Amino acid sequence: MAGKMDPLHQFKIEPIAAFDVGGYSLAFTNSALFMTLAIILTAAIMIMGSARAQMIPGRLQSLSEMFYSFISGMVRDAAGEDAKPYFPFVFTLFSFILFGNLLGMTPYGFTFTSHIIVTFALAFLVFLVITGIGFYKHGLHFFSFFAPPGVPLILAPLIIPIEVFSYLARPISLSVRLFANMLAGHIVLKVLASFIVMMVGAGAMGAFGALPLLGFSIGFVGFEIFVALLQAYIFSVLTCVYLHDAIHLH
Amino acid sequence: MDMQAAKMIGAGLAMLGMIGAGIGIGAIFSNFLTAAARNPAATDQIRVMTFIGAAFAELLGLLSFVIAILLLFVV
Repeated sequence: MAGKMDPLHQFKIEPIAAFDVGGYSLAFTNSALFMTLAIILTAAIMIMGSARAQMIPGRLQSLSEMFYSFISGMVRDAAGEDAKPYFPFVFTLFSFILFGNLLGMTPYGFTFTSHIIVTFALAFLVFLVITGIGFYKHGLHFFSFFAPPGVPLILAPLIIPIEVFSYLARPISLSVRLFANMLAGHIVLKVLASFIVMMVGAGAMGAFGALPLLGFSIGFVGFEIFVALLQAYIFSVLTCVYLHDAIHLH
Repeated sequence: MDMQAAKMIGAGLAMLGMIGAGIGIGAIFSNFLTAAARNPAATDQIRVMTFIGAAFAELLGLLSFVIAILLLFVV
């Protein structure tokens, strides 16, 4: 089966149910389907896990409790005690991204977080919310965040633009980190799989040589699942750190 | 030079950016191992920061990968 590899076809958004409004397509796409699935899974775990709660938790209740306490601990450690009101926001972000990444690892699953528009929407939302919180809590004093304490006055005209630029770079780095990790992972998986198919198509020796490649691909799938979990965690923990900055301003 | 050839060469050159990311991640984890060996009790606390730091270093490597993909499939 010789032919060009096409690692990018898996990222194509296909409409499932077409729906046009005034020239704009509001179709229900495969991306929207997996987003809905991610929300349904999160809701199912949390709601069914806390229905008929018992003192000694069963498996599902234990899972939802561990999920909750993991994020609650992360918010407390990285964002501080004052950030408790923002826990539902961080929890929603974490579970949406986590299930988004993990659903992409299922066979024929679509990774909606591998599109820059989705990750940029999430990161820009985080940026707007955190800047809004900063202005709400501190008013115009929020701008003192860009002049860190202990900066000698000579260096201030150099430090302050650098600080502003790195603050504005936050949504970009947050979104590109998640997008690039998911994109790269799935492209590598597709390219490895294409290699295996090509080698098997080349004859018996090729099939023998494809075996170690197959083993490596299976290991790489495990690594990708780890990266899916890690990237969801990184996104959330950075949100908490930025929240800490906005609330405490240093 | 033909455009397709130029794109391929550009994509290959862009991947050289991964060298820095590799060195950075190696440095982070080597420091983590040293610190964990010196102070096994603090391993859990350091581990969290290690992964966050590795994500920062990995980002820059992945940015070079994104440039390579842009060159190959988008431009």
